[in-house]
Amino acid sequence: MSARRFRLTRMHIFSLFFLVAGLWIALRAPGSFAADAISKMSVGLGPEAPLWEAPTRAVLLVVAGLYMAGGALGLINRWPRLSFAVLLLNGVLIFPAILIAAAVGKQTNMLTMLAESLRLATPIVIGATAGIWSERSGVVNIAIEGMMLTGACFGFIAFFFLEPLMPGATNTALLLAVLVAVFSGALMSLLHAWLSITFKTDQIVSGTVINILAIGLTSFARREFLLSTRAGRVTLPSIEIPGLSQIPIVGDVLFNNKPIFYMMFVMLIVTHVVLFYTSLGLRMRSVGEHPEAADTVGINVFFTRYRSVIISGMIAGLGGAWFSLETVGGFDDLMTGGRGFIALAAMIFGKWTPFGAFGGGLLFGFADALGTRFQILNVAVPPQWLQMLPFLTTMVVLAGLIGRAIPPAADGQPYEKQ
Amino acid sequence: MEPTPVLEVRGITKHFPGVLANDHIDFKLTKGQIHCMLGENGAGKTTLMNVIYGLYQPDAGEILVNGQPVSIHSANDAIRMGIGMVHQHFMLIPELTVTENIILGNEVTVGPFLNRRRAAAQIRELSERFGLPVDPAARVGDLPVGSRQRVEIIKALYRKADILILDEPTAVLTPQEAEDLFKVMRTLVEQGVSIVFITHKLKEVLAVADEITVLRDGRVAGVVQPEQATEASLASLMVGREVILQVEKEPREPGESILSVRDLRVIDDREHVAVDGVSLEVRSGEILGVAGVQGNGQTELVQALTGLRAVLSGQVFIAGQETTLATPRQVTELGVAHIPEDREKDGLVKSYPIVDNLLLNVYYQLPYARRMVIDDTQAADYARDVIQKFDVRTPSIYAQAGTLSGGNKQKMIVAREFSRPIKLLIAAQPTRGLDVGSIEFIHRQLVSIRDLGVAVLLVSAELDEIMSLSDRIAVLFRGRIIDTLPAATATREQLGLLMAGVHAQAA
Amino acid sequence: MEPVTAPSGAGAELRARRRISWGELGPRLVPALAVLTAVLFGGLFMVFSGTDWAAARAALAADGAGGFLRELGPGIGKAGVAYEAMVEGATGLGYIDPTSVRSQTTMVVLLRLGERAIVFLPDNLVATLVRSTPFLLAGLAVAVGFKAGLFNIGAEGQLYAGALLAVWIGFVPALANLPALLHIPLAVASGILGGAIWGGIAGFLKARTGAHEVINTIMMNHIAIRLADWLIKSREPLILLDTTASVPRTPFIAATAEYPRLGDTPLHFGILISLGAVALVWWFLYRTTLGFELRTVGANPNAAKYAGMSVTRNLVLAMAVSGGLAGLAGSGEVLGVQHNLPPGFFAGVGFDSIAIALLAKTNPIAMIPAAFLWGGLLNGAGLMQIRADISIDLVKIIQALIVMFVAADQIVRVIWRIRARRQEEEVVFSRGWGR
Repeated sequence: MSARRFRLTRMHIFSLFFLVAGLWIALRAPGSFAADAISKMSVGLGPEAPLWEAPTRAVLLVVAGLYMAGGALGLINRWPRLSFAVLLLNGVLIFPAILIAAAVGKQTNMLTMLAESLRLATPIVIGATAGIWSERSGVVNIAIEGMMLTGACFGFIAFFFLEPLMPGATNTALLLAVLVAVFSGALMSLLHAWLSITFKTDQIVSGTVINILAIGLTSFARREFLLSTRAGRVTLPSIEIPGLSQIPIVGDVLFNNKPIFYMMFVMLIVTHVVLFYTSLGLRMRSVGEHPEAADTVGINVFFTRYRSVIISGMIAGLGGAWFSLETVGGFDDLMTGGRGFIALAAMIFGKWTPFGAFGGGLLFGFADALGTRFQILNVAVPPQWLQMLPFLTTMVVLAGLIGRAIPPAADGQPYEKQ
Repeated sequence: MEPTPVLEVRGITKHFPGVLANDHIDFKLTKGQIHCMLGENGAGKTTLMNVIYGLYQPDAGEILVNGQPVSIHSANDAIRMGIGMVHQHFMLIPELTVTENIILGNEVTVGPFLNRRRAAAQIRELSERFGLPVDPAARVGDLPVGSRQRVEIIKALYRKADILILDEPTAVLTPQEAEDLFKVMRTLVEQGVSIVFITHKLKEVLAVADEITVLRDGRVAGVVQPEQATEASLASLMVGREVILQVEKEPREPGESILSVRDLRVIDDREHVAVDGVSLEVRSGEILGVAGVQGNGQTELVQALTGLRAVLSGQVFIAGQETTLATPRQVTELGVAHIPEDREKDGLVKSYPIVDNLLLNVYYQLPYARRMVIDDTQAADYARDVIQKFDVRTPSIYAQAGTLSGGNKQKMIVAREFSRPIKLLIAAQPTRGLDVGSIEFIHRQLVSIRDLGVAVLLVSAELDEIMSLSDRIAVLFRGRIIDTLPAATATREQLGLLMAGVHAQAA
Repeated sequence: MEPVTAPSGAGAELRARRRISWGELGPRLVPALAVLTAVLFGGLFMVFSGTDWAAARAALAADGAGGFLRELGPGIGKAGVAYEAMVEGATGLGYIDPTSVRSQTTMVVLLRLGERAIVFLPDNLVATLVRSTPFLLAGLAVAVGFKAGLFNIGAEGQLYAGALLAVWIGFVPALANLPALLHIPLAVASGILGGAIWGGIAGFLKARTGAHEVINTIMMNHIAIRLADWLIKSREPLILLDTTASVPRTPFIAATAEYPRLGDTPLHFGILISLGAVALVWWFLYRTTLGFELRTVGANPNAAKYAGMSVTRNLVLAMAVSGGLAGLAGSGEVLGVQHNLPPGFFAGVGFDSIAIALLAKTNPIAMIPAAFLWGGLLNGAGLMQIRADISIDLVKIIQALIVMFVAADQIVRVIWRIRARRQEEEVVFSRGWGR
């Protein structure tokens, strides 16, 4: 037997992290939390909702125990499947544990937490889906942020001008505005496609160009057209799905929401079906994996990529509409706030599949929602740290997972027809 | 009256910047014929086939199918004419399944949705009819090379090709698998398919051809009947002069052991064991040839020996020192030279000038650098000296390496590796894709470095090269050395069997 | 390929000679032509927004083309005023009525032309030089990243990291009595260190986990902004806040930590440092073994590995050097211009640095005119807004167009009839998601 080069693997790092974290919690919990401290976790809306009175210290000690066990198992690495399962559980437990610790002595609602996470995940999941359409056919698209911003801006401007023309039909105006947002996203993506497919510009450079252009255009447009601030911001209305929304507990959360939120799920299903069950999707994937092979069976690589990128832009435009037309009811400079890039991370996290991207989006949505929840619970953490949470989460997720995530083989390489 | 050829080209001419790839080529394929197109690397065979298949547009000339002139502007046009092509580098998508690869572009659908079941049934039917066993649900990336080739052939047959172009199909096959391919080809011909078989391997041509067209420098050098041809006559048609098919080599007394490998096990990128307990020894002044078809662990073996890949277990000793865990730099500094099998990817930097490429291994050593600052004059002198010695044809040492021809690129790499004191040379597929002149040059270099006392480990898929250069031959199959034979007494049949995994029976 | 035809006659020879020289010269001018094209597009935009289109349409119907063009007059005039203002704001060269200038402003009258004169206002040029300095360093930072095949969008975060450390070294009471000869180098070194660490983290993550630096550096930008915000504004614990100030900011740095200035002007030592950095970076990249390794890793990481170079080490080094240069830029702004650090000080610098690096095609020396152009555009924009009533955002759009035309220089080549890019001239910026 000869020595093998010892390599610090991801497993080791995660195990160490949980071991140390578990130790720290176990040592600090008795001091920070009284034995009888309770965190009231409500699961449901209204005062009659089921309430779990969690003994804070006990719960945290259990979590600490699990963390230490998982860490130890991972470091010993004798039973890989078991260690992996425990470590995965530990990861999932992070957010509930933090929430329970933060809610000590107070009451907080886990269901609204879930609802908030889903809601905040919407732009990220939609952005990730847009990314999937583009990247699966081989075009790297880091301009999702710029496309969303453009969609948000021009969608709102459209509404701003349409609304006075359609008194009483505000919802129709909103709908048309969303279509404008989708269209402007498509225009931006057309530019990206033109630069990177026809001119074979480096795709990351071309994406950056779009981002810069979007910032300039939207700031300019806002100054030119949206001079007055509107009092009473109008947003898209909530739509209640009859029947399903009566389901206890989850019904109201999932089925009484705004349109773009629903579109997120529609997009996921449609993308999944198209990618893996239609000939359109097959051709897209082939162009993204091995464009030469696709070319030799007569598929037009350029046309396929153009089409994918434009669809990508349309979806991104819809994601932008979420910001200005569904959430805020107005447009502020740079209102997408880095969500377009988090969407890319979610896409990578999901290994370029729609449902994986949903998982990623939910994770970041969680982190985002946690920040607001902390403020409601008056937890003594400075707001800037809470705002950092989604970004830190992104970095941790990327670092932990990228090695296993393989992009489409021809992603990022311009296609040279011989 | 001669029957109408099923495929004919007249006067096909194709330019590329700086190169006349096809120069007024005439070619006729008769129905039911296996027509071999022979030529060395760069002679224009693949270009001609790409023209026929619609991937290139010719500058002049015409194509006729069944006597009718046709215009082929795309692969789709060619497919519609019944022309199918199996490329040298497979046009298969590893991530997709066999079925998906075959139906791509011609999908079997129910509305917009794929009908995988019906497609799979059609594929099974073709597979049985032509004797090409494949599993429709398998992921192509998991398939071995022989299976992938069958998928490529079925891909063409699925599109109702009756003219099949096979571009260097045996480059990746063992002699046994090549025999199986020939059987399949004869079955196809019985069913009415006509075949153009492109190769540079003389023995195969004589084994299987009904007619032979030899290309040289973009022109037809001759059309020959196999009964009237010999290897030597074909070789000289291919190259235009007398070709010495055997390298001149004097027997040498090998010296001490320079490379010693004991029970080496190495994993590949997909976490499979690629090298499964290999032991070998190379002594100074001898060439050990490792024969075997691509995919049997050669790549991983070479990577492990040069420090580019971690070792699972086992030991490696070079010049008496254990190098099992050594980094590539440590290995190089012990006096090891490495000619990589993929020169474009690993061996050179295309955008760098030649002089910088020549410095890649020694840039940090005296006299080329003093205290981390590079000395341009020393570098330039060394570069000029070395490109002359190794016949690298270039206008200047500052020309970009990417502008060199394949042969000159390889000579540049050889120049770099041979220009420092070395004890061991590891050469992986050193003549792949090169013209005959460069191949001869490199063979001579390998022999002369051996004569200077260097131990040479030659890894090659070209059996002829192994047989003519090696002093001893080891055969690698599925990560194990099946057997090691002295080169003087080894025969092709023996080696072929070993390469296919058949152990020699003890007499 | 063009068909070869024999030229005939003297006219043809003259044409051939001119074609040859344009053919050789053309490609070198592409970045400059990209700027020109973008500026022209911007001008078209200005004409567009300055014209009364209803009147123009009427004039077209009434007087035909002549009338239409006349209606464009005001728009063209506005564009003219705007460009004039931009040039004046950027370089100080203006065409104005000398009596309209305030008496305290230094002015050199170069040529009188009736009521107006061509004048030179050195203050503007000085302001542009000061404005361009951080751009020069940040552009160098991005260029070093490009050379190693890395896309460093994190200049903004690295600027903050450097500035935070530098400002702290500058005002912390324990060091207040240090002589300038020690205090300044210490502050500068800490600035470089801060940026280097911030950049190095992204480099390390890329090298060890393959996580793409585009996403990580952007994440770190967002984190840096908020971290700086907290560090500066935080009262409990009190970290960097100047409690006596009326707006949130750090205390002013000690006088011994300030960059020396040229007399009364705002020209500060940082300008010299940035020029020195250009030379140092050039020397590092092209004359040292480390630079050779870095470039090789960028040009072909496989060949680099095979040649024995450590790809991990070089990626981290590249991001650290890149970050360090950006940190130097950030600390320069603190030590040389602002003398304290308010939150949100560096908003939006990140993309500018990329633009400059692209404009200079990652050549360190070409970075100097590129940075000057950028600073000039931004300074000129302010004056343009005042004189021609055009929003500053238009300059942002022009800047985006410049980047676009430089990156996709095929467009420029077609417009100005320059031959297509040859393969040798390819500059590799980055590869997809990095493998």
